[in-house]
Amino acid sequence: MAKLKLSTILKYAVLIVMAIIFLTPVYVIIVTSIKPLDEVSLDHMWALPTAIDFSSYIKAFTELAPNFMNSIYLVVPATLLSALLGAMNGYVLSKWRFKGSELLFTIMLFGMFIPYQSILIPLIQFLRSIGLYNSIGGLILTHVVYGLPITTLMFRNFYANIPDSMIESAKIDGANFLGIFRHIIIPLSISGFVVVAIWQFTNIWNEFLFAVTITNSDSQPIMVALQNLSGSQIVQWNVQMAGALLAALPTLLVYILLGKYFVRGLLAGSVKG
Amino acid sequence: MKQEISTNQHLERQPKLNKKKKISKDKLMAIAFLAPSFILIVIFVYGFIGWTGWVSVSNWNTLVPDFSFAGLKNYIYLFNDYRFQADLRNTVFFTILFIGLVIIMGLGLSTLIDQKLKGESFFRNIFLFPMALSFVVTGVVWQWLLNPSTGFNQFLQVFGIQPKWYTDTNILAGFEWGSIEFGLPVAIIAVVIAAVWQMTGFSLAMYLAGLRGIPEELREAARIDGASEFQIYRKVILPILTPITVSVVIIMAHISLKIFDLIYAMTGSGANFVTDVPGVYMFETTFRGNYYANGSAIAIIMLLLVAIFIVPYLITSRKGDN
Repeated sequence: MAKLKLSTILKYAVLIVMAIIFLTPVYVIIVTSIKPLDEVSLDHMWALPTAIDFSSYIKAFTELAPNFMNSIYLVVPATLLSALLGAMNGYVLSKWRFKGSELLFTIMLFGMFIPYQSILIPLIQFLRSIGLYNSIGGLILTHVVYGLPITTLMFRNFYANIPDSMIESAKIDGANFLGIFRHIIIPLSISGFVVVAIWQFTNIWNEFLFAVTITNSDSQPIMVALQNLSGSQIVQWNVQMAGALLAALPTLLVYILLGKYFVRGLLAGSVKG
Repeated sequence: MKQEISTNQHLERQPKLNKKKKISKDKLMAIAFLAPSFILIVIFVYGFIGWTGWVSVSNWNTLVPDFSFAGLKNYIYLFNDYRFQADLRNTVFFTILFIGLVIIMGLGLSTLIDQKLKGESFFRNIFLFPMALSFVVTGVVWQWLLNPSTGFNQFLQVFGIQPKWYTDTNILAGFEWGSIEFGLPVAIIAVVIAAVWQMTGFSLAMYLAGLRGIPEELREAARIDGASEFQIYRKVILPILTPITVSVVIIMAHISLKIFDLIYAMTGSGANFVTDVPGVYMFETTFRGNYYANGSAIAIIMLLLVAIFIVPYLITSRKGDN
């Protein structure tokens, strides 16, 4: 009994030490970002502030606010569109399979894993030719297209759990392809939409490569602005920390409020789900 | 009830030919649902890869597109290039360390969390939250934490050690290879730490899902047979988790091989390119230097590296799916 207790204490000790290590960056971000200007020296990085001062947030916010809004304009339509298309594809690939549909699905899935560097130069040339280069619209199109494999995969696996007998009996009742989608599939997809939307929201918000190559200056999303902020020599690092927190806030909030769905999306991304 | 009868009558009255026609109309709708997405993927993924492949064998290394055929010139240039050789070396060591640590951390922490301790969801949430962050945020923060003159070094001062982290230019166990010194670049360890901090949550979640799927009776039966807890873990649990390990390795490998944002935000290329990777080189040479053909060649090499891992994985896991 005593031995068992010791092992429990040991397990807790390891978990607590690891938790502290994992939370260290959070401590540094928060402590630094609320320090008054005269306490923001690198020698006192770990010290608690003597007074709370939000001026670095004001500074970071004025720097990043336009880009924050760009990210919102990007992420909302891109998430909704890619989720809707994913649901349509997933419906077909799970409930209306036809000869060769599995092969089409595998061909689509490969697009999920490619390094986007390998399509970037043609993509930019293409966006230039249709006048969407350096615009939020161009980024929306990009994220919708390259989000299709994962949203299709997620909905396909999600719909696989809806019994085929339901579809069959609806067919016998005379419902057609669209009717079944609208009246049976969509109402059953709410949690599927939540998982996919959270996944797409998080990924598109956090994405950097497309953002930095397809847009410049005025239409840049938040992550590019944050990178510019941290790359500039004149911006103090308490402002950088406040900026990092502001940029991370939307996805962190989603994680805190809807973590269960976030983890489901995480697991669904591994092909087999 | 009334409705049921009427639909049945409706069905009986319907001639066979009509029914068949309706099904084919549904099939047509199904194809119409899928077609736009599929066509987009074919163009934007496969078409654009082909286009990149074409650029990679062209002479377009200037601002103005030049599609004249250059053969393998750009590839030969890259494999003789000091920076690209360093990139390949760094990618090898980054990938091995990153995957190894993510697996060990995920397996260890999920095993601890699965012990029915109090507060398990609290711990799980802490290890998982970095997954919700951007690599850019991670890079900005860890750049300060592993800055040699501040960050963790202020603690390590007590023990008299002051690692140079990502500014270290040493290559451990190095030997001459091409124009570079092949060995473990010490600076890459700093980037690995940040990447592991961010991605451990993924393997943790995967392993935890796997552990939760193992029926308690299985452990119980092994216990009755006289197996110790450690033996049960090694002989029963770990083999069951092997498919999960395979998935984690593949997914982490493809993230590692195409990594760009974390390194770009945290360290950049580093002195002597000790923290440079193909993703950063591709970005800089293409969009800062206008060497489009060279950039395309790097991109194609990255794609081939990822494909080595992904294509067999996709084929086998899709087969098992049906």
